[in-house]
Amino acid sequence: MIRFENICRDFKVGDETVHALKDVNQHIEAGEYASIMGPSGSGKSTLLNVLGLLDTPNSGHYWLNGRDVSKLPDDDLAATRHEIIGFVFQSFHLIQRMTALENVELPMVLAGIAPAERQDRARQMLCKTGLESRMSHRPDQLSGGQRQRVAIARSIVMEPKVLLADEPTGNLDSQSGKEVLDILEELHADGLTLILVTHDPVIGQRSHLHLRMTDGIIKAERQHLQRQPEDNGDAPS
Amino acid sequence: MRLPDRNHMAIAAVVRYPLRSSMLLVAIAIGVAAVLVLTSLGEGARLYVTSQFNSMGTHLLFVTPGKNEVGGLGGMAGSLGGSPRPFTLGDVRSLKRSPYISSTTPMVMGTANINYQGLERDIGVLGTTHTMKRLFEYEVKSGRFLPELDLDNASPVCVIGDTIARELFGTAEPVGKWVRIGDRRVRVIGWLEQGGQSGGRDLDEAVFVPIAFAMQVYNRESVQRMMVEATSDESLVKAKRDVIGIIKARHFGHEDITVMDQGTILSTFNKIFLVLTSTLAGIAAISLAVAGTLIMNVMLVAVSQRTAEIGLLKALGARRSQIIGLFLTEATLLSSLGAVVGVLVGYASIELLRQLVPLVDFQAPDWAVISAVLMAIASGLLFGIMPARHAADLDPVEALAGR
Ligand SMILES: Nc1ncnc2c1ncn2[C@@H]1O[C@H](COP(=O)(O)OP(=O)(O)OP(=O)(O)O)[C@@H](O)[C@H]1O
Ligand SMILES: [Mg+2]
Repeated sequence: MIRFENICRDFKVGDETVHALKDVNQHIEAGEYASIMGPSGSGKSTLLNVLGLLDTPNSGHYWLNGRDVSKLPDDDLAATRHEIIGFVFQSFHLIQRMTALENVELPMVLAGIAPAERQDRARQMLCKTGLESRMSHRPDQLSGGQRQRVAIARSIVMEPKVLLADEPTGNLDSQSGKEVLDILEELHADGLTLILVTHDPVIGQRSHLHLRMTDGIIKAERQHLQRQPEDNGDAPS
Repeated sequence: MRLPDRNHMAIAAVVRYPLRSSMLLVAIAIGVAAVLVLTSLGEGARLYVTSQFNSMGTHLLFVTPGKNEVGGLGGMAGSLGGSPRPFTLGDVRSLKRSPYISSTTPMVMGTANINYQGLERDIGVLGTTHTMKRLFEYEVKSGRFLPELDLDNASPVCVIGDTIARELFGTAEPVGKWVRIGDRRVRVIGWLEQGGQSGGRDLDEAVFVPIAFAMQVYNRESVQRMMVEATSDESLVKAKRDVIGIIKARHFGHEDITVMDQGTILSTFNKIFLVLTSTLAGIAAISLAVAGTLIMNVMLVAVSQRTAEIGLLKALGARRSQIIGLFLTEATLLSSLGAVVGVLVGYASIELLRQLVPLVDFQAPDWAVISAVLMAIASGLLFGIMPARHAADLDPVEALAGR
C-alpha cells in the first residue's frame, strides 16, 4: 500500500538546512494500524504530511497503491488525496460558520455530489461517530471531543483507503480522547489503514506497527500483542 | 464542484464580511454611477442641441463665407483659409433669383451697450431681417418683430429680449420707448416672449435690429452669414446648388462659401458630442480602474483571512482550479453587485438632474450603461485573478498552520 524509498525532506531556514526526514525507508501495508511516536521536532508531522501528499519529498520515491506519487503535479496530488486519503488534525480544522452536517458535506461539495445524496451520506457518517443529535450544531456549540468526531466523519465520508491523524487526541481530555480513539480503531477494524501520530504511550501500545522517530530517522517495531480489551480501567466510564 | 455550490460559497463569504463587501460595493458603484451620470450630461447636451435645431423648421441652409473643407460649423474657415470674399447685401439680394429659395436671412452679430435713462448693460446685438421670426418661431409679447424693410434700410428700431426689457424698464411697457445702443438712438418696437435659447444665443438677452442698422453700428460692408430657406424639403438640394452657383458667379468663379444643411450640422454636432460623451465616459472609467485595484486589495485580504480554510480545502483534495474559481466567483459577485447598485444610483442621480434642469433630457446612452457594467464585472475578474492564484498557490501545510 505505502512504500517509502530513501525519502528525504529538508527545510531551508536562513543559511541552515534542517533535515526533517533523513533517508526514510518504510513499508506500510493496507489495513495496518500504525503509530508514529518520538520527541518534538523529530519529524513526525513532516512524515505524515508527506504520507498525505500535502508535502512532497526533496528526494526519494513514494509508492502509494503501486504508483510513484513523489513527482506528481499539483492537481494529480489533489485528486489522489481526494480519493485515497483522509485527514484528522489536532486542531480539528472545522469551518466555524458551517454546521456539523455542512462540514461533513464539504468534501462531497468539492467532488460535485448533489445535495440530497450529500446530506444522506453526511448523516450516516455523523451517526457512525455518535453525533446524530448534533448535526445542525456549529463547531462552537460542540465540545472538543464532539468536534473531533465531526472531523473524523468528514475524513471518512469520501471512503478513503488511508486515514492520517496528527495527534488527534492532543487537544482533548482523556475521556473524549478515548472516545475518539475508539472510533478510529473501529474504522480500522472495518478495514481502513490507520496511521496516527501521538505522544500518548498508551495509544502507541495499542497500535500494531510502532514507528519510533528520532531526528528524522525511523525505527520500526512490530507489536505482537493482541489488542487489549476495551475497558482497561485507566479512565472512569 | 457544482456551480450552485460555488456560488453559494461565494455568497456566504460576501455576507460574512459585510463591512469589507459593502466598501467594495460602494467603490464599484461609484465608478459605474459616475459613468452613467457623466455620459448623461453629454447625451443630454446632444439631445438638447438636436431638438433646438429641429425646432428651426426643416429646410434650412446655413451659408458662411470661406470654403470649409472639414464640413465643420463654419465661421472659423474664414479666418484660416486666406481671405474669402465676404457676403455683401448684393449677394443676399441676388439669391432671390432662385425659384427654390423662399427667403434669405442675413445676420450680423456683435455686442454693444444699451442705455435707457441712465440704466445700462451689455447686450448681444443681432442684425437681421423680418424672416428670422418665422425661422425660429419667436413669440412676441408686445409690439411686433422687425418689419419687412429694404435690405439697406437702416431704420433705428429694435426688438428686445425679455431679460433686457425687465432690467431696463422694470414693469413699464418698453414698446415705443427710445433707448441708446452704442451712440445711436433707437426706438423699441417689440418685446419678445421669454423663451429658451436658439442657435446657442440667449434670446432673452438679445436685441434684434435691422441688418443695415447693425452693419452701420459695426461699421462693416458685409454680413457674417445667411440662413437660406428652401421652398420645400425636396428643393433643398437644388436650393443649395443655386446658392453655390449664384455666389460663385458673383465672386468671379471662386467657390469660396460653405453651405450646410441642418442634416450636416446635426451630424457634425452629433460627432462632437459623441467625442465629448466618450471622453466623459473615459474619465469616469478611470474610477472603475481604481475600484479594480481595490478589488485586488480586498481579495488579497480575503485570502489571508482564510488561509487555514484554503489549507483545509487543499487537504480535502480541492484542485487549483476549484480554489481559483471560488475566489474569482467571489470577486465577480462583488463587482456585479457593485455594478447593479451603481446602475441604480446612476439612474437615480440622472432622475434628480432631470428634476433640477427640466429643460434638458438627461439620459445615459445604452452603450455607456452596458460598457460600464461589463467593465465593472471584467475588472472584478481581472483584478480577482491575482489574489485567486495566490490562494491556489498556497502551500497546504503552511496554509493549514495558518501561516
Ligand atoms: N516549514 C518548515 N520550515 C522549516 N523547518 C521546518 C518546517 N516544518 C518542520 N520543520 C522542522 O523540521 C523538523 C521536524 O518538524 P515536525 O513538525 O515534523 O516535528 P514533529 O515531530 O511533528 O514535532 P512535534 O511533536 O512538536 O509536533 C523540526 O526541526 C522543524 O523545526
Ligand atoms: Mg507535529
